[in-house]
Amino acid sequence: MAELTYREAVAAGIAQEMRRDPTVYFIGEDVAAAGGVFKATVGLLDQFGPDRVRDTPISEQAIVGAAMGAAMTGLKPIVEIMFSDFLATCWDMIANQVAKTRYMTDGQVSLPLVIRTANGGGSRFGAQHSQSLENWAMAVPGLKVVAPSTPADAKGLLAAAIRDPDPVLFFEQKSLYGIKGEVPDGEHVDSLGTARVLRHGNDCTIVALAAMVPRALAAAAELESEGIHATVVDVRCLVPLDTRTILGEVSRTGRLFTVEENPRLCGWGAEIASIAAEECFDDLDGPIVRITTPHVPLPAAQPMEDAAMPTVARIVKTVRGAMR
Amino acid sequence: MKARTGKTAAPKIENIDQETRLRLYRLMVELRDFEQRAYDLFMENLIRGTSHLALGQEAIAAGYAVAMREDDYTFCTYRGHDHTLARGASMAAALGELLGRANGMMHGKGGSMHLTDVAHGAMGSYAIVGAHLPIAAGAAWSAQARKSGQVAVCFFGDGTTNIGAFHEALNLAVVWKLPVVFVCENNQYMEYTPIRSVTAVEHPAADRAAAYGLERILVDGNDVEVMHETATRTIGRARSGDGPSLVEALTYRHGGHSRGDPATYRPKDEVREWMSRDPVQTYRERLGSLGVEESVLRKIDDESQEKVDIATDEARKAPPARVEDIETQVWSDGGSAWRS
Repeated sequence: MAELTYREAVAAGIAQEMRRDPTVYFIGEDVAAAGGVFKATVGLLDQFGPDRVRDTPISEQAIVGAAMGAAMTGLKPIVEIMFSDFLATCWDMIANQVAKTRYMTDGQVSLPLVIRTANGGGSRFGAQHSQSLENWAMAVPGLKVVAPSTPADAKGLLAAAIRDPDPVLFFEQKSLYGIKGEVPDGEHVDSLGTARVLRHGNDCTIVALAAMVPRALAAAAELESEGIHATVVDVRCLVPLDTRTILGEVSRTGRLFTVEENPRLCGWGAEIASIAAEECFDDLDGPIVRITTPHVPLPAAQPMEDAAMPTVARIVKTVRGAMR
Repeated sequence: MKARTGKTAAPKIENIDQETRLRLYRLMVELRDFEQRAYDLFMENLIRGTSHLALGQEAIAAGYAVAMREDDYTFCTYRGHDHTLARGASMAAALGELLGRANGMMHGKGGSMHLTDVAHGAMGSYAIVGAHLPIAAGAAWSAQARKSGQVAVCFFGDGTTNIGAFHEALNLAVVWKLPVVFVCENNQYMEYTPIRSVTAVEHPAADRAAAYGLERILVDGNDVEVMHETATRTIGRARSGDGPSLVEALTYRHGGHSRGDPATYRPKDEVREWMSRDPVQTYRERLGSLGVEESVLRKIDDESQEKVDIATDEARKAPPARVEDIETQVWSDGGSAWRS
């Protein structure tokens, strides 16, 4: 096991797959010579050369469109969209073209491509560089959606996304880029569509994603000291969604809390809550509770941004209040 | 009329052999007959939804398709029946798709605006204006990376030149020197509005070529030999590694934008003028004057009608698209599962 930062794990995942498969190419704004604005792709240009690791103009439609055309015709492109907020500038490509073309052609094409993007708040960047947008992608049939919370998952799930024959939106949480964690040595490939139970408790289940996972774990530790034993599930992948693992824990513990960085309406937690209400209603001992950012654009100032996003204190308070 | 058609480069027709001429004519006639049949089936109310016919624009599709290598890529728009068929796609499958039948090219999942036949290099008909220009550039990037020698040809309308994806794709294609040919079919109208009334330059594609360091290419899109020559030259340039081209081909829709549009906004004298330059009829006359026997042309006409009749019969007899297939082919495993 080596200790890597989340950003190093991203680069390691890309490098592992580019070494293995000569049809994997990587393009994006400032990704090659500069190594990415978040330094998550440092060293790739040197390792794989300018044919396979290319800087693009600021042209998100061209970036995603080119990846789609290449994926249709034999390459496995990885693209970087610098901030997930910029997905809005190429959403036609993603939601109308990439997501639908296989279906509309009844399987005449496959689109093995990965769109990596820096997602989420906590960096004081203001409302246009801080959004947590996994839900946009989750709402479109034809896209797989991944959001890792640890360096090991960043590498292993990215490798799995690159090997996947279908389009994957890979959300890297920008406030996690600096965290360190153990990453398995040698080839490391995880499985899409698998949630992970990170902590076992019998009183309730807290389901979280990406940057909310460490907060949920910290909250669970605090609740433990108060005698509330929480299970924490890292969803990891929204599409495919590992409902088997999630519902299993909900049924076992009888309570469900979701911790979502996104604004309130139509968050992924609402989908999980709805599935749990439909499929394990009889096992529930109390209402399902969602903990989210309020339904506002994310403010920039530190105290405002920190208070808007779900905090450890808010998770503890909400769970404690609901369990009382 | 002059202002609308513009000053096109004088046709430089060289060494076009009789066989190629007859291929071009046959293909144009087939495309014309197919689209006319699609129109008739609409009038019979057999085709639901919408459809965008390319009646009057056959020379561009035929000129390019005949000049393309079998493994080259075609990307086109929702007005894409001609471009798809020109690559060799099945007429019965195209009509089946229009009719919502199980024999449809995409078995009912796509419809008129999305005809695709990857096996014949018809890489899709794209219905969001501009989207397929970057995608075509991507296919060209792949061809370049794989050193396959393939070329991507991307057809689009005049209206596309005012959307951002047009400019993003051109810039990237030039910077990366991609083997792609962008062909603007300037039929004078972006849907219902004259293109000149909403565009900063007279020739929406040709006048912008300089912005990307490209040659200004403005040609008569109703002359199939001009189109074939232009295709040969631009595809050759792409194939030899000299990068992309941007072509503006002047043409005219015989009908409205789509099924529900009678096109009454077009001046009568303009329509009359363009109808007199119908690409199929004028080429038929030219072939006659070049000594092609009337019986040869008549035989092509008859065979085309018969081909369309057989395809129509097959599509009419095909069962409806299968509702059992609604949840298939979202993913590469053939299914649509989103949860465990």
